[in-house]
Amino acid sequence: MAFSEHRLIFKNIDAPGYTRDIACYQKHGGYEILKKGLAMGGPAIREEVKKSQLRGRGGAGFPTGTKWSFIDPAKTTKPIYLICNADESEPGTFKDRQIIYKDPHQLIEGMILSCFANGVKLAYLYIRCEFTEGWKILEKALAEAKAAGFLGKNILQSGYDLEIHVHRGAGAYICGEETGLIESLEGKRAYPRIKPPYFPAVLGLYMCPTIVNNVETLCNVKHIVEMGGDAYAKIGRPNNTGTRLLCVSGDVVKPGYYEFPCGAITLGQLIFNVCGGIRNGRRLKAVIPGGSSAKVLRAGEVYKIKEKDSQGNLVDREVKLEDLRMDFDSLAAAGSMAGSGGVIVMDDTRDMVECLANISTFYAHESCGQCTPCREGVLWLKKILSRVAEGHGRDEDPALLKDVADRIAGRTICAFGEAAAWPVQSFLGKFKEEFQLRIRRNGAAAKRDTISLTH
Amino acid sequence: MSVPLHAGTESCVGAEKGEITPVLEKQADELVSRYPISKRSAVLPLLHLWQETFGYIGPRGVEWIARKLSLQEIQVLELVTFYPWFRQQPYGKFHFRVCRTLPCALGGSGKTFAALQKLMNLKADGHEGAMISEDGRFSLEYSECLASCGTAPVVLRNDEFYEKVDEKRATELVAGCQ
Amino acid sequence: MSNCISIPMNPWNHDVAKDEKDLVDVQIDGVWLQMPRGLNVVEAAHRAKKFIPHYCYHPKLSVVGNCRMCLFEMGTPKMGPDRKPILGADGKPEIAWMPRPQIGCATGITPGMGIRTDSPLVKDCRNGVMEFLLINHPLDCTICDQAGECKLQEFSVEYGTGESRFVENKVKKPKNVDLGERIVLDDERCILCSRCVRFSSEVTKDNVLGFVNRGSYSTLTAYPGKRFDNDYSLNTVDICPVGALTSKDFRFQMRVWFLKESKSICTSCGTGCNVTIGSREGKVHRLTPRENEAVNSAWMCDYGRLNFHYLEDKERLQNPLTKAAGEHFPAPWGDALNRAAEGLRKVQPSEIAVVASARMTNEELFVLKRWMDELGVTLVDTVNRPEQGDQFLRSADGNPNTRGAELLGLSHGGRKLSTWGGEIAAGRMKALLVLGGEDVVAAGIPAACLAQLEILIASAILPNATTRVAHVILPGAGFAEKSGSMVNVHGRLQRFSRSIAPPGQAREEWMILRDLREIVTGGNSLHSIEDIWKSMATVIPVFAGLSWGKIGDQGVDLTHSLPAEATAK
Repeated sequence: MAFSEHRLIFKNIDAPGYTRDIACYQKHGGYEILKKGLAMGGPAIREEVKKSQLRGRGGAGFPTGTKWSFIDPAKTTKPIYLICNADESEPGTFKDRQIIYKDPHQLIEGMILSCFANGVKLAYLYIRCEFTEGWKILEKALAEAKAAGFLGKNILQSGYDLEIHVHRGAGAYICGEETGLIESLEGKRAYPRIKPPYFPAVLGLYMCPTIVNNVETLCNVKHIVEMGGDAYAKIGRPNNTGTRLLCVSGDVVKPGYYEFPCGAITLGQLIFNVCGGIRNGRRLKAVIPGGSSAKVLRAGEVYKIKEKDSQGNLVDREVKLEDLRMDFDSLAAAGSMAGSGGVIVMDDTRDMVECLANISTFYAHESCGQCTPCREGVLWLKKILSRVAEGHGRDEDPALLKDVADRIAGRTICAFGEAAAWPVQSFLGKFKEEFQLRIRRNGAAAKRDTISLTH
Repeated sequence: MSVPLHAGTESCVGAEKGEITPVLEKQADELVSRYPISKRSAVLPLLHLWQETFGYIGPRGVEWIARKLSLQEIQVLELVTFYPWFRQQPYGKFHFRVCRTLPCALGGSGKTFAALQKLMNLKADGHEGAMISEDGRFSLEYSECLASCGTAPVVLRNDEFYEKVDEKRATELVAGCQ
Repeated sequence: MSNCISIPMNPWNHDVAKDEKDLVDVQIDGVWLQMPRGLNVVEAAHRAKKFIPHYCYHPKLSVVGNCRMCLFEMGTPKMGPDRKPILGADGKPEIAWMPRPQIGCATGITPGMGIRTDSPLVKDCRNGVMEFLLINHPLDCTICDQAGECKLQEFSVEYGTGESRFVENKVKKPKNVDLGERIVLDDERCILCSRCVRFSSEVTKDNVLGFVNRGSYSTLTAYPGKRFDNDYSLNTVDICPVGALTSKDFRFQMRVWFLKESKSICTSCGTGCNVTIGSREGKVHRLTPRENEAVNSAWMCDYGRLNFHYLEDKERLQNPLTKAAGEHFPAPWGDALNRAAEGLRKVQPSEIAVVASARMTNEELFVLKRWMDELGVTLVDTVNRPEQGDQFLRSADGNPNTRGAELLGLSHGGRKLSTWGGEIAAGRMKALLVLGGEDVVAAGIPAACLAQLEILIASAILPNATTRVAHVILPGAGFAEKSGSMVNVHGRLQRFSRSIAPPGQAREEWMILRDLREIVTGGNSLHSIEDIWKSMATVIPVFAGLSWGKIGDQGVDLTHSLPAEATAK
């Protein structure tokens, strides 16, 4: 294949004969990096992570080294907690599932290293309960690691103690939001906290400094310790370092998960080369590049992106959708985001009203209900969209939808508000004529695509 | 989607039947021990344990957990009704969750759901939430994203996970319910 | 006087800055002001006479920031390359405004901060929140008790658009939920601000309330079978910004805009919670707590709050009564007082005893004291009223003015009173005045014993076993019907003002005592509460320098000037 993957995290995943037990993991060099890390010491690991310019893989892309630097284990008197966010719930995303099910020890090793680096003695692995086997796999793997002396008291005679427990969620998307997750872990409704003052680094789990990192992020830490931050930073592109796990779903020939250096391939290459193009000989209509919260991109769009030329000067470059690099900065420049790496592809038979109605149903179902704009606004969006999809649209509905979405985004406690509003804003903005057409035809066009499922 | 249950109404079908065994108590205590800072953190684990043992979470479960963790019952009920995984009435012996979210929908989960509904002879009763067959053998509901979008549509049958469940595969899954 | 009450400590007092003297420059709506560092923006704006609307924020509860009504535009000083603020032409920092609005309740004042409370963005935020809050609201103001003091109504007029664009079906929720002994809940009106839930978890700490379900279906409730009926439950009705929680006692009784409000204190125990009396046309309709951090913060107990219905009791004494041929007959005030004076003249001052009441005001007690001193009466005591009390606002002293009675030397803790039955039986005590509605029969002197007295004069507002055998009954006024001051168990002097007139011929007791004094001793120098204060301030050392006016609405702490024996309790 012209676009061969660069498998770092997924190196052993799906490799013939590779199993998830500790013996196999160790046979492939597992827990050797832990030994290296323990010898390096916590501050050195943190330094390497900072040098690596690793950005969080959960969705927001926040630099991990910076996140860690908000806590100084040498200075804080409170216990520090680390939570692995394995609540993978962003529609379109299924990368963490692969790691948990097929290479759990990689995650655990990365997690132990991260805990050690930050002086954490007690950590939790918050996993969504719909991974009905995943949590058992992790519990077994943790038990294996403990039996082998990689967890528990005095890990590998280093004097360092660490306990990790699996904590199962119960089907709430909002637990992916780190402060919602913390509330959930405290045994409460997963209401995200207001920030300020409840920044996890200061007032996190049990009001103590807390680091919440995504599964993929923690796995990366292992590789950073292995190869060093500078070497890691050479993978990918500046400010978009390392590899990226990309999950492609929807109307492509070969949906699935892939790993490439950040920005090494374009959206077009991913869809048309890696994933074999659009199913059934159809044409691309739209793509959501970073999980369902990300703003939709429309086929044929051209974006003005500022880039450095060979002399290092910022220049405007016109970039077609197909030529967008799959990295944080390029997708952000195109008005969307790399998010959690979930790429959802829609072909030219898809009705954008139906697609958006489906997405809004998800957010209406998942709104925690804590703050007003999200609680009331998101269900309202869903109700309008369902009505329009059912053939009872009104001329004023598109403008109303946009207005409601505009009054949610940026005004809520957590980023869920944006997550729910962005799809509406972008679908309406980019496929306005489809909404108008739908409304004009209304009852006459009641033959619905079955994908809406706005039950 | 979880049924909007209203506390104080007939939201529960009655107390869960079955014995609270010493084994269950021990399992619960082990779960609580994982949260040395605050045993309130053990609410979700204990709710899972209870539901897996008794099939659903009724007043008996809520009150047992509240007592165990020194909480008020409302603090447990708040969670039972917040997290869609928990249910306040028994489901069928074979409970199917079909992913409804966009990638699965694009993959045809609507057809899968319709096929399952027909095979199980379930009628929508106008209420949101799971449909349960009269004989208690099957129940069916939509679920939000199950995080396997590349193999859409996906289905959970009890704790078993199935990928690429088209109408044909759905038939097999129902036939395989023994 | 046993006293196990501690002054209520709120977990939070967001309306007070950590250090009120640590002032920094802030710009509010274009004007540079000084505000204490760290004070939240809602409070800072309030101090600058700029109102930032809010629902969930309450200064005495934790900040959750869920209503989003207090969104404001925030700016921080622009920093130069030297990391110092860039100063504008006015010498003040130039402000860089953030595109994203912030919540005022959770944002503390920092130096050079910019605050916009009325920009187009802020207006749009409020307008949006108002629209969202109303889409699923039943809009049933016409039958809602909150109408007139509803923040949804008020802010809707102020910040809303007046029309709804919502054409979908509303979310249905339970209505008319019997939440507890005294409270009814309408979940469709609830805006999920969580004030009541936080009150239940942070103030009363019984965690009775919670939310079930999720998203727009979230519903306030108590656990099935559990009642929300602790002794402080009605405070949630006060802090509920909408008509979701209503008081069974008050609902459907009176539109709030008809209520006349007067500042008063609760006299149901020794705490003396500050209250507002809501009355109309001579009838008290409700008591609500009035904020006073030194006494009750923003709260009061349900018992005290509802303990006013006796004012309109059918049995209320409305006329002076004198006894003739074993029966009580109405008499004009002059006749009744003359009958009393006549009876008193027939006996020696040493044969007269007075049961004062620790429910009487300082003013009443002082007039009584004056009269006793002039006449040479020395036998006096009060009736103790020990109560269970709680660790919050309910005092173990059921009398509201024990400290005042002690200060005026009229209380001996009931120790003297306990011997008077014997004195009467022995014929040494021939006249007894029982004031303030006290019942000496209940306090241990048998009615048969009282029958031996030559004259028994009782002032009361309701008949009791003592008034039944009294020769003269003088109808007094309830706490809402009179003005006066009391000293609470913590030594705080507080005043209250008459809200409604007493029924019929009933009168404020200080006036009764003044007139009785005038007839008996000729003393006539105390014609008003202010007069009494002028006198009291010169005679009672701890009142030195005080006047009726100086007590003010929040009272005066006397603990530093109270005699040692009084503060040692």
